[in-house]
Amino acid sequence: MSTRSLAASVLVLTLMGCAGVMQSGQTGTSKPQALGTPVGAAEIARWDISIPPSGAGLPAGGGTARQGQQVYEQKCMACHGAKGAGKPADALAGGAGTLASKTPVRTVGSYWPYATTLFDYVRRAMPITNPLSLTNDEVYAVTAYVLALNGIVGEDAVMNAQSLPQVKMPNRDGFVSDWPPRER
Amino acid sequence: MDETKDSRRRFLAQSAALVGGAASAAVSPPGAAQELAAQPWEHVYGAGFTRYGQPSKYEAPVGRYLVQPYGELAPGSGAAFAPLESLEGIITPSSLHNIRSHSGTPDIDPKQHRLLIHGMVARPLMFTVESLLQYPMTTRTHFLECSGNSNRALTPQPAQLPVGAIHGNMSCSEWTGIPLRVLLEEAGLDASAKWLLAEGADSAHMSRSIPIEKALDDALIALYQNGERLRPEQGYPVRLLLPGWEGNMNVKWLRRIKATDGPTHTKDETSKYTDLRPDGKALQFTFEMGVKSVITKPSSTMTLPRPGRYEVSGLAWSGAGRIRQVEVSTDGGANWTAATLIGEERPRAFVRFRLPWEWNGKPAVLQSRATDEKGRVQPARKDWLAQYSANPYHNHSIVSWAVGADGKVTHVYA
Repeated sequence: MSTRSLAASVLVLTLMGCAGVMQSGQTGTSKPQALGTPVGAAEIARWDISIPPSGAGLPAGGGTARQGQQVYEQKCMACHGAKGAGKPADALAGGAGTLASKTPVRTVGSYWPYATTLFDYVRRAMPITNPLSLTNDEVYAVTAYVLALNGIVGEDAVMNAQSLPQVKMPNRDGFVSDWPPRER
Repeated sequence: MDETKDSRRRFLAQSAALVGGAASAAVSPPGAAQELAAQPWEHVYGAGFTRYGQPSKYEAPVGRYLVQPYGELAPGSGAAFAPLESLEGIITPSSLHNIRSHSGTPDIDPKQHRLLIHGMVARPLMFTVESLLQYPMTTRTHFLECSGNSNRALTPQPAQLPVGAIHGNMSCSEWTGIPLRVLLEEAGLDASAKWLLAEGADSAHMSRSIPIEKALDDALIALYQNGERLRPEQGYPVRLLLPGWEGNMNVKWLRRIKATDGPTHTKDETSKYTDLRPDGKALQFTFEMGVKSVITKPSSTMTLPRPGRYEVSGLAWSGAGRIRQVEVSTDGGANWTAATLIGEERPRAFVRFRLPWEWNGKPAVLQSRATDEKGRVQPARKDWLAQYSANPYHNHSIVSWAVGADGKVTHVYA
C-alpha cells in the first residue's frame, strides 16, 4: 500500500468512525442507559415482604396466642427466653412504664409503636438460624403470642390481615419526629 | 500458596545451577565477602509475586475488634471495629473497614443476585448485577458510621480500651457506583412517592425506610469500594450508600427498593436506632450523623515515653457536610487551638487533623472539637447526655484522653 492510499484509508476509516459515533449515539450522548427488565405483579408478590402500619401486603392466614405458644417454645425460646424474658437475645415482654425512668426497658410491649412491624420482622428474619421457615399461620400465631405476653391481646384473639393493623400498641404515641433534621 | 513457594524454590535452584558460584555467594552469611552495612534480607532473593497482597507479617497485631454479643450462637451478629489507633490518613483499608451486621455475611453469587425496583413507579424493573455494572459510574469518598458507634463511651466508668475498640464502628472509603436517582428515573418514579423501602438479601433481610429527598440527592448504588468490587461484609455485590446518614440505612446486599407514600416503620427504625429522651418519648428518624471528632494519637492505652514534641492526630466528620474547623485542647477544654486539616474539601468524609504539641511532662487532658460548614459544633459530653435517657445511639460528644505524669494515656469523662 502506497503512502497516499494508506492516508486515504485512514481518512475513510476516521470518517466512518465519526459517522458511526453519530449514528449509534454512543459518545457524548445524554441518552440514559436503561437496562432494567420489566417485572410482572406475580413475580413482585414473591419479593415484596415489607408490611407498613396500614397492614398492606399482609398475607392470608391467621393464628392465636394459644397456637403461637407452641411455635414460640420450639423455635424462639432458646434465644428469647421463657415468656419473652430475653437472654441472650432481646427481651420481648415487660418494661411497661419504664421509658421515663433512669433504667428504661425497651421491649415489643413497652416500646414498639406498630404490631405490623412484629409480623414483618418475624417473617423476614426469624428464627435467626432458619428465617423464612415459618408458615404465615405460624408467624401470625407467634406474633399473637408475643402481643399476649405483653397483655396487648387476649389468648384467643385471632391475628390476621384485618385484625393485626388494628392493634393499638401501648407506646404508639411515644415517638417524636426527628425528620427533617433539627439543629444540633 | 505452597505451590507458589515450591515454584519459587525451583526457580532459585535452577538459577543457582545456571550461575554457579555467584548464586552461592548471594546466600552466604551477611558480610562474608563485603564489610558493608546490609541486613540479612539484603543478601537473599526476595519473595515472588502474589495474586492478592497482604500486609507485612510484622503488622499482624493490627486487626479489627470483634464484638459478638451472642458469641458462637450468632458469630456474624454484632460488629467489628476498625483499629483507628493503628491507621493514618483518611481512607480505611477495606480489610479493616468496620462491619455491623445482623445475621452474618451472606455468600452471594453475583450471577444469581437481582435488584428489584417497584412500588410507586410506572415500570417495575429487575436488574442483574451485570447490567448494573454497565451504567455510568460516580466516585466519591464518604464515611460510614454505625449509629451505635461510641456507645462504649457511655458505660458508667470510662472503658480503658484502644480508641478503635470504643469509636471504631466507623470507616471511610472511596465508593463507586450509580446515582440512585438514575435507576429511579428509569423505573418512572411516581411524583407522589415520598419514601423508599430498601431491603438486603442477607438472612435478616435488613430493611430501612429512606426519604425520597435523600434518594434523589446523593444516594449511590455502590458496586466498588476503594477501587475493587465491594467486599462481602460490605454488601457484595451491591449496596446502598447514603452519604453521612446512619450506617444501618446503607443497606448491604441490596435486593429490593420499593417506592412508598410513607415510612414502613421497620424493626430497625422503630425498636432500634431511635433516641429515647428523659421524658420517655423517643426521637424517630435521626438520619444524619452528628458533627464529631476523635483524637487517635495519642489515645487511650498508649504511653508517651518522655516529655517532648508530639503530634496530636485524629479524625473529624459530619453527616451534614464538610468540616470547617477542628480545635484541640490539651487542658481539658479551657483553651483551644485550631488544628491543620487534610481533606476538608470533601463533604461527609473523614478529615484528618493534626497539631504539634509540646508535652511538658505534667498531667494533661486532650480533647478535640469539630465544627461543620453548617456551623454545628460537636457537643460537650454532659450536654449531649442531658438530652437522652440511656440512649445508645448517635453519641457524637467530645472525647477526652488524660495523659498522666508517667506518660500513660487513659480514657476519662471530662
